[in-house]
Amino acid sequence: MSMFKIFDTAGSGMAAQSLRLNTVASNLANAESVSSTQQGAYRAKEPLFAAVKQRVEGAVADAATVGVKVDGVTESQAAIPSRYEPGNPMADANGYVYGSNVNPVDELVNMISASRSYQNNVEVMNTTKQLMVKTLDLGK
Amino acid sequence: MSAPIDNLFGVHTQALGLWQRRSEVLAGNLANADTPGYQARDVDFRAALMHASGQSDGLALSTPTAGQVDPSAQAADKLMWRNPTQPSMDGNTVDEQVEQANFAANGVHYQASLAFITAQIRMLRTAITG
Repeated sequence: MSMFKIFDTAGSGMAAQSLRLNTVASNLANAESVSSTQQGAYRAKEPLFAAVKQRVEGAVADAATVGVKVDGVTESQAAIPSRYEPGNPMADANGYVYGSNVNPVDELVNMISASRSYQNNVEVMNTTKQLMVKTLDLGK
Repeated sequence: MSAPIDNLFGVHTQALGLWQRRSEVLAGNLANADTPGYQARDVDFRAALMHASGQSDGLALSTPTAGQVDPSAQAADKLMWRNPTQPSMDGNTVDEQVEQANFAANGVHYQASLAFITAQIRMLRTAITG
């Protein structure tokens, strides 16, 4: 039954969205992390999604069943904020500490978007499951 | 033997395959709702069904092996691009509401085809058992 392909497609979407939720959690957890160097400061991470064609058994790549894959995780290139905190044990020689460039508003928007998309994929899976069960009951 | 059964269920056996195919396409759209540059697709159902039931005059049926009809391969040629109502900056043309609505409607149509087939089976069984 080729309806199982829908589970693969929706599953890839759920995996991608949960990775996005993971990066949001990581970013928010590290929003207040400080470092003693600019290079060591935490940079906001964001996953890069790309569509991927699933191969059907045999040679033909299917044009329609398109899953998602995570192409990689990028780091934000926004400026790293520096604060003058000579009392901080992490401060460098000049008394500066370097915070993360995480924007909490961006992260919350990302979180809501990711969770809604995840729910969409769950809905697709549920509907497909119901249809498959109905098909199995055919003629009863 | 298969010919009378095909006639019995009418167009619904092919329709079932195409509804299933369409739900695959729509699931792909929903999974890629956040993929930059992804363009939503859909099945032109009328054309695909005409094609599957051999009613189109222009194009020949594509068969992976002789004597086998593959509705999914035919439907693949009939995929259309969705016209976005609200295009986004990243080139993604998936409207989640539209896809959700289409997916739900598609599920209902699938169940309708199932119901027709079930009714025919029931009728046949009544005729057999009396």
